[in-house]
Amino acid sequence: MKKVFERPKSLTDVHFTYCAGCTHGMIHRMVAETIDELKIQDRTIGVSPVGCSVFAYEFFNFDMVAASHGRAPAVATGLKRSLPECIIFTYQGDGDLAAIGTAEIVHAATRGENITVIFVNNAIYGMTGGQMAPTTLIGQKTETTPFGRDARAHGYPIRIAEMLATLEGSSYIVRTSTHNPQNVRKTKLAVKKAFENQLNNKNFNLVEILSTCPSNWGLDSIQSLKWLEENMIPYFPLGEFKNI
Amino acid sequence: MKILMKGNEAIGEGAIRAGCRYFFGYPITPQSELPAYLAEKFPSIGGVFLQAESEISAINMVYGASCAGVRVMTSSSSPGISLKQEGISYLAAAELPCLIVNVMRGGPGLGTIQPSQSDYFQATKGGGHGDYHLIVLAPHSVQEMVDLTYLAFDLADQYRNPAMILADGILGQMMEAVELKEYASEIPHKNWAVGKSQGRKRNIITSIYIDPKVLEQHNLRLQAKYKIIKAHEERAEEWMKEDAEIIIAAYGTVARIAKSVIKKAREKGIKAGLIRPITLWPFPDKYFQDLGKIKRILTVELSSGQMVEDVRLAVNGRIPVEFYGRMGGMVPSIEEILEQIEKINSQIERVKL
Ligand SMILES: Cc1ncc(C[n+]2csc(CCOP(=O)(O)OP(=O)(O)O)c2C)c(N)n1
Repeated sequence: MKKVFERPKSLTDVHFTYCAGCTHGMIHRMVAETIDELKIQDRTIGVSPVGCSVFAYEFFNFDMVAASHGRAPAVATGLKRSLPECIIFTYQGDGDLAAIGTAEIVHAATRGENITVIFVNNAIYGMTGGQMAPTTLIGQKTETTPFGRDARAHGYPIRIAEMLATLEGSSYIVRTSTHNPQNVRKTKLAVKKAFENQLNNKNFNLVEILSTCPSNWGLDSIQSLKWLEENMIPYFPLGEFKNI
Repeated sequence: MKILMKGNEAIGEGAIRAGCRYFFGYPITPQSELPAYLAEKFPSIGGVFLQAESEISAINMVYGASCAGVRVMTSSSSPGISLKQEGISYLAAAELPCLIVNVMRGGPGLGTIQPSQSDYFQATKGGGHGDYHLIVLAPHSVQEMVDLTYLAFDLADQYRNPAMILADGILGQMMEAVELKEYASEIPHKNWAVGKSQGRKRNIITSIYIDPKVLEQHNLRLQAKYKIIKAHEERAEEWMKEDAEIIIAAYGTVARIAKSVIKKAREKGIKAGLIRPITLWPFPDKYFQDLGKIKRILTVELSSGQMVEDVRLAVNGRIPVEFYGRMGGMVPSIEEILEQIEKINSQIERVKL
């Protein structure tokens, strides 16, 4: 019998520990497939964040480094500067990248650091139990905005892709989504391009991926995908913000 | 052959000679000559000098480079070292070697750029969260700025532990003749580092151990390592200790002043001597075990009294340990300390024959 579908070599045999309906696992798979396709498994180093994907090093089957909360782009900088022949990526959530680690991501981008960033935006702090994230939408209820995010009190959700696209050092900045197969395919292509760019020494590359958090959104898997499409995409428009 | 160098630059030259080619830092006085030196020297020898957006970022770049197995350093002064503490805790937890230089200035807060030794607790007792130790070396001359930089890199690699040079603004700024000894050690192969895998099993560098049973084991392993470091690496200088009745315990800049004080005291017939800790962690307890004729110890620091706690622990109540200190960037004069010695001398009861 001909095998038509198998686990990417760049994923370990370990079962994902993510909640049902969470898209972290799917995004891991797209990263792993990309690394297999580009045949770079033996020289890729991933930097895992603090957040639900803190255990990413259990799932990715290559060298991994765990960073402190928000500092993955700085850790990746230290790695890439000392191992220029290796492919370095960070995998970060919105609290990690867009709140505590804002300085690190902005300056990695502005230096044109030759790395790839997979930015998973689920509009909430997943790991700590559903607090407001910098990307939480206006009106969205979270543990720390029980009456909904109010712009006056809590400020506005931050659009990272648009912001980083303004920086000279960034090469490829794109926002994609995981809410249906068509968009998953687009995400995969974007992830691949973000890695290919690094192979071609093209500065800083980031894919912002709109993602779900059924457990903390209080929705089931299907409702979550619908909520993402109806609420997140209008505020976080999909598309390429930079491609040079 | 000796050449004239500034203390901060001597650390830079020492680092280059010890094979360090990676520096990540953020500007702050009074250590600026060190990054400036490396920024100038590194490009022609293939080094990477990167001015980060903050000390937080700089220490995490050090973390990344250390994961890659290269010799790497950062340098800062007190407020910047405070910002690095989270990263330092992670480096210690993940057992990553590196050199961190703290050219101390007066605190707390923004304080002053004048010299101080008020970061002793932070350097030797933790600073960041969790049960860990840095290897902390305290130079007292420009010569030692070089020699202890060699040693710091060697010990860091040998024990897979971050090392710190704890200096102060005076040592950093001062010019002295130094001999740049040949750096003789070999940089060990680091089979735990990440990089091109070339067929080996994948390497993972992390400090998360979510299962408390496993985390306790990790802690026990770290503690066992610290015990070995303590047993092998205590270092101190003893000066005129042989017949001394009064010992000054002091490190760094203060130890230099203490030597002048001791000479003056001896001219007045007071038998004074010096114990100068060179390793602040591990604290050189063994140098305080054989007290001989010593009746009193005076610990002098540019702080409210931090190292004195370790001196007292080492002496363990056998003889009185006094303290004298200045703070906020003020440095005691020879006369000021001599006065303390004379006071202590007058209190010592002697059998009259
Ligand atoms: C310095 C520090 N502050 C706070 C935390 C607690 N913490 C762990 S994960 C997290 C938020 C993660 O959210 P996000 O980055 O959005 O990732 P997600 O869990 O949603 O995937 C926080 C605040 C920490 N570990 N370290």
